[in-house]
This record gives sequence, C-alpha cells and structure tokens, in this order.
Amino acid sequence: MNRVVITGTGIYSSIGKNLAEVKDSLMAGKSGVFLDMERKAYGYQSGLTGRVERPHLKGILDRRSRVCMPEHAEFAYMSTVEALREAKMDSEFLAGNEVGILFGNDSSTPPVIECVDIIRQRKDTTMVGSGSVFQSMNSSVTMNLSVIFQLKGVNFTISGACASGSHAIGMGYFLIRHGYQKTIICGGAQEVNLFCVGSFDALGAFSKRESEPEKASRPFDRTRDGLVPSGGAATVILEDLDSALKRGAPILGEVIGYGFSSDGIHISVPDVEGPMRAISMALKDAGLQPGKIDYINAHATSTQLGDQNEARAIDELFGKYKPVVSSTKSMTGHEMWMAGASEVVYSLLMMKDSFIAPNINFTEPDEFSSKLNITPVMLRKNIDIFLSNSFGFGGTNSCLIIKKFD
Amino acid sequence: MTRENVVRTINGLLTEEFEIEEKAISSDAHLKDDLGLESLDFVDIAVIVQKEFGLTLKGEEMTSIRTLGNLYDHIYTCIQKK
Repeated sequence: MNRVVITGTGIYSSIGKNLAEVKDSLMAGKSGVFLDMERKAYGYQSGLTGRVERPHLKGILDRRSRVCMPEHAEFAYMSTVEALREAKMDSEFLAGNEVGILFGNDSSTPPVIECVDIIRQRKDTTMVGSGSVFQSMNSSVTMNLSVIFQLKGVNFTISGACASGSHAIGMGYFLIRHGYQKTIICGGAQEVNLFCVGSFDALGAFSKRESEPEKASRPFDRTRDGLVPSGGAATVILEDLDSALKRGAPILGEVIGYGFSSDGIHISVPDVEGPMRAISMALKDAGLQPGKIDYINAHATSTQLGDQNEARAIDELFGKYKPVVSSTKSMTGHEMWMAGASEVVYSLLMMKDSFIAPNINFTEPDEFSSKLNITPVMLRKNIDIFLSNSFGFGGTNSCLIIKKFD
Repeated sequence: MTRENVVRTINGLLTEEFEIEEKAISSDAHLKDDLGLESLDFVDIAVIVQKEFGLTLKGEEMTSIRTLGNLYDHIYTCIQKK
C-alpha cells in the first residue's frame, strides 16, 4: 500500500485569505465573526456569521469560468491556487499527470433561489441564463475547478454535511493508498451568503450572543449557547510518497489514519458512541495507541449537546493521556462543509511552526469539558501527530490522523 | 429604435458583459470563429436581448445567426414587426 503525504495546502477563510494571514490569526487567537445586520433584516434569529469577502476574479478567470461559479467555488479557486503553488504543481504538471479532485460541499443556495424566482416570475426558463445549472449543482466546486485546472483524474463531490471536507480527504487518502490515483486535490468549500443558512437558523441552533460577536463561538465553555456559521474554502493536496519524493515536493505531513461511522440514531442529535467508533477506526488504521496523539483539533461547534458528547468521547478514549485539545471554530465559527478540510490546514500550520492554536472564549469548563486538556491560550508545543474530528447532521462522523513526515 | 441603436447596444454588451475586444467587433465578424462565442454564450445573449429589446430569441432562429451582422438584422427586423 502506498504512503499518502500532503504536499500543498491553501486556505481562504474568515480569519485570513491565505496561509500566512491565517497562521497569524491562529497564533493571536483572532476571531473572524461579526454581526450581519442584513440577516437580521431577513428575520434571522441570529445574525452572527464569519466574514468572508468574495474574491475579485475578473481579469483572472475568463467570463465563461466566472459565470459558472457560485461564491464557494470562487473561494475554492483561491485556496487551490495557493495549494498548487505550495505543492510546486504548475499547469505543465497538471496537463501531464492524472491529477484528481475531491471536494466536500453540501449546498449552493443563491443560484437555486434565483433560478426558481425567474421561472416563477417570467414563466420562461430561457431567462435563467447559462450559468445557473452549473452554479446550483452540489458538485459545482469540483466541476468548475476540474475544468479551470484541466484535471484528468477522479472528479466528484462528497456531501457528508459538516464532515464533508474531512470525508473528501479520507476518500482521497484511500484512493491513493490503494493505488488508484497518485495525486488528488482535496478540500472543502462553504458558502456564506445571506440565505445559505436560513433553514439552519430556523432550528435555533445559532448563538444569540450578538452583542459580543467575537465571543459568541465558545466551544466547550459552560456558557456556550450555539454555533456561529461561517465559510470559505480549504485545499489539501494529497500525493503518493514516491511521486512527491521524485518531484522534490515539500512534504507537509502524512495521512496515516481515516476513520468513519454513522450514529444511526437521530437526524440532528449527536451521539457519543458514533464518534468514538470513528476515532477508534482512525487509530486502528494508523496503527496507533491513543497516547501517541499530541493534539486533537475537536469538532466542537459551541452547541450544548454536541460539545458535551464529543468531550465524553474524547475523555473515554484519551482520558488517561490528556492530549491538548482545541476547537479552532472558537475563532473561525463553524465552517461546515469546509471545516474538515480547513481544520486539517489549521492543524498543519500548527504542526509546522510548533504551536497549538487556542480555544478562545473557553473561560469556564462544564462537567464534561473539565475532563479534557483544553487550551484557552496559544501554546508553544511540538506536534508529531494530530487527530482532526468532524461530525455532521445525520450522524456522519469522520476522523483523520496526520503525522509529521519523517 | 433605429438599426444604429441596435448595433450600439449589442456592441456595448459584447464588450462589457462578454469582454470582447472592441477591435474584434465588426458586422461581418463570425460569432463563434471570430468572437469566440460558444453555445452557452448564446443562452446569455438571448437573456440580454430579452431584457434590452423585449424580444424572445428562439433556439431555431439562433441557428441561422452566424455573424454579428445577422444578429443586428434579426433583432432590428423583430423590433420592426412588434
């Protein structure tokens, strides 16, 4: 079986538009959350969201490419350009090799709304225009980027709710490990526009701490009152070790474990056993005992039950060893479809520069989080191996274990 | 609306919306070969023509339009018939 390494990463998020900006934010514990009054005007129970500016791609991409891209595909274009640059993959490499793409994504709201509005109003589908169908499909990111970068390998989108980005990396890892592909551009993308989380807001799951946006996302804290939606895109380029070494590519880490499971219980209520099975599977896949994990980038989104159950799962499996835990969602908000990929990028930045980003706003633990080694401040610490947890609606769980390359 | 107005409006849309260079625009320019327009672009041209001139371009009509001059003429003829 092939060893699978990471040779490029890129990020476009609420805490920075590139790796350098994001690293600074992670070190400083900077929040990317703000209160969007436009959402309030539309009756959102919470107007809190991550702030992610839409990139200006006119003059960079031709009209045909731009017309077919929703905002999260634009975010993904930005993160992928950065990742390809880091991986030293130019257009010549992409043209001459079977490079695939697997992204996590689970919605594309405005194109659907706009298309339906036009058809209802005009009773004429020809007024919808040419870009709508390509923007509105769930596979919009992979279909657009595969054309823009002229990719020749595997090409599809993984929809696994808030674990989508993590599953995309896991699937890429499997395909390379078993010899089906040598290089896959993996990642996750998440829209942030006005209407994209309206139906989620309807559940009352978002933090109402609107008077203090930067303090609203407080995973594991006793006073947490819900998640803060956010978005952007993250890219993680996976490559088989031999190819990476032959190219002289930078090796940022090695994927050594992927575990997945389904709770099989409830559409929205998170479980303890399901995540535990996914973590255990990842550990088994990596051939590791729990004590070997230096850092856990928790899924914890700042909801009452989700954080509680993840804390119970982590304590059950790692209680004896107390690895450092933080949820970077305390700074970014919940990047949902993108989170599993972005949190791998954040953790790789930490591994590279030997620090652990803080779980900001963690001021007082509850009964369950008090059992974990959660850091509310940035720590200077070497990370050899980290675990990244991602869980989603429908009880989908994905866990990745990544090791420093040696 | 005069034919000149039609020409000016279409040319403006081609340069602004479709980012076609002004020097490429002429009456005998072939829409596909000279201006680089493809079938998907004709879907957007139909939307623009509807918004600007209140005309519905049907697919079968579009197939006979090969040059920019054909497009000007077709729109102008339709406007006159309205």
